[in-house]
Amino acid sequence: MANIMIRRGDNGALSFYLPKKDLEDDIVSLEFDTPERWGGELVLKDGSRWYFDPLETQPRLPITVKAKRMGGEDD
Amino acid sequence: MAALTREETEALIQEVLEVYPEKAKKDRTKHLAVNDHEANAKKCITSNRKSLPGVMTIRGCAYAGSKGVVWGPIKDMIHISHGPVGCGQYSRAGRRNYYVGVTGINAFGEMNFTSDFQERDIVFGGDKKLAKLIDEIEELFPLNKGISVQSECPIGLIGDDIEAVSKKATAKFGKTVVPVRCEGFRGVSQSLGHHIANDAIRDWVIGNRDAKEFASTPYDVAIIGDYNIGGDAWSSRILLEEMGLRVVAQWSGDGTLAEMENTPKVKLNLLHCYRSMNYISRHMEEKYGIPWVEYNFFGPTKVEESLRKIATYFDDTIKEGAERVIAKYKAMMDAVIAKYRPRLEGKKVMLYVGGLRPRHVIGAYEDLGMEVVGTGYEFAHNDDYERTVKEMGNATLLYDDVTGFEFEEFVKKVKPDLVGSGIKEKFIFQKMGIPFRQMHSWDYSGPYHGYDGFAIFARDMDMTLNNPCWKTQTPPWKKNDDAAPLAAAA
Ligand code: SF4
Repeated sequence: MANIMIRRGDNGALSFYLPKKDLEDDIVSLEFDTPERWGGELVLKDGSRWYFDPLETQPRLPITVKAKRMGGEDD
Repeated sequence: MAALTREETEALIQEVLEVYPEKAKKDRTKHLAVNDHEANAKKCITSNRKSLPGVMTIRGCAYAGSKGVVWGPIKDMIHISHGPVGCGQYSRAGRRNYYVGVTGINAFGEMNFTSDFQERDIVFGGDKKLAKLIDEIEELFPLNKGISVQSECPIGLIGDDIEAVSKKATAKFGKTVVPVRCEGFRGVSQSLGHHIANDAIRDWVIGNRDAKEFASTPYDVAIIGDYNIGGDAWSSRILLEEMGLRVVAQWSGDGTLAEMENTPKVKLNLLHCYRSMNYISRHMEEKYGIPWVEYNFFGPTKVEESLRKIATYFDDTIKEGAERVIAKYKAMMDAVIAKYRPRLEGKKVMLYVGGLRPRHVIGAYEDLGMEVVGTGYEFAHNDDYERTVKEMGNATLLYDDVTGFEFEEFVKKVKPDLVGSGIKEKFIFQKMGIPFRQMHSWDYSGPYHGYDGFAIFARDMDMTLNNPCWKTQTPPWKKNDDAAPLAAAA
């Protein structure tokens, strides 16, 4: 589990930031992105996948959440 | 020399890598790349990794990133280099962060404060000494607004509790005393030091005035990540003020503690050096809802773009203000370009610097008709290269944490007309007869930001590149060969 920050980037897309590794990347898909449910699995441009428990509302961005890295190569 | 093709550049990288032992070669391969607009930066270049033992690297340490870069320029605070004397003394005043104030009275930028650790302090701990040092500072320099304790390597190794000492001192003097855990061994370069310094500001400074009244205006902004090298922040600030914005804070060149504390009251954070201060900008965005925008004040094209981009966050008065500023300086910029472009047109530049410069200055060179054919960062992360790939021409060279050997070989083969890098590279290239600008502290010149800065930038590049000295300079060993008959005749 690691803290990640999600914000809206200049291009309007969601962007992902992992402070511990100073890793920034675009989010290409987010599992739930509706007014009632927001979160779940997200996929980054580099292909890696992360998961965080969905929230019940659309939060004000940026927001820091605890997320888990799913599968993929680990470094 | 004509620009290299993709194949030639790839071959060049291979050729340079050839001398390394197998393992080193494998590692360094990942840090050298041919720019490709189509590729994902992460796939094509690896960054922010530990330097290879045995090679010459140009990197600094976390302490350098925190004390030297982020905290050091805050002029009304005293920054204690906590540990042995060398770390602070050898880096003292090296960055030319200009400031106004009377040094030693109400400003302390060029001074070196250190706890000067001796063996005894390592064995028995240095907390008492630190407390005493803070007492002395209060007595000798009562106009300081706060103190930061910048840890050098031994502090983390012997497990001193600088947090406790700082808290006690804060209570005793009613001043901000910030412990910073930026021991040099943390991380792979100065980059982690920036991050640690940002986190310390977040934890000890940013919220200090949350409850205080502040007479704000709708046009309040803060300059984040401008270190006022040679006056850079000043030549940026006047443009922002001319377009109608109110600059509440400068981080951290010519900056003060109060400015940092007031920053959460602004409407927009203007981020120049993304690498060293994106952290605090992200924090303020999340906690206070303050958006941040990256900008680039090198060269008229980028200044113009940036002024317009900044203006989009505000109403029409500011948008008009931006146009007014652009129009006002147009004639001056045209004159600068008319004068210098013919002297510099088509010249090739190779850069190797840190922070934002390897990509930010490209536009300024292009305004002068020059081309950047190779660039690289000392301590960048992947997101920096993402931003760089777009700025550089296809098939140009990218090198991350380049080694002394690689850089020399690249320069020998690519034969640029100008190299821009640091003091450690300067004399090697100058002796090779290659025009060189020291691009960390602007070679004791500057400012280079903004419109005024560009005029100086253009003059400096011309002065260096077209200096007749390069042609007359032959290294002694070569001179012996060619000039032998002459010498014999004499
Ligand atoms: S690595 Fe450690 S000892 Fe060296 S300059 Fe940095 S803090 Fe000082």
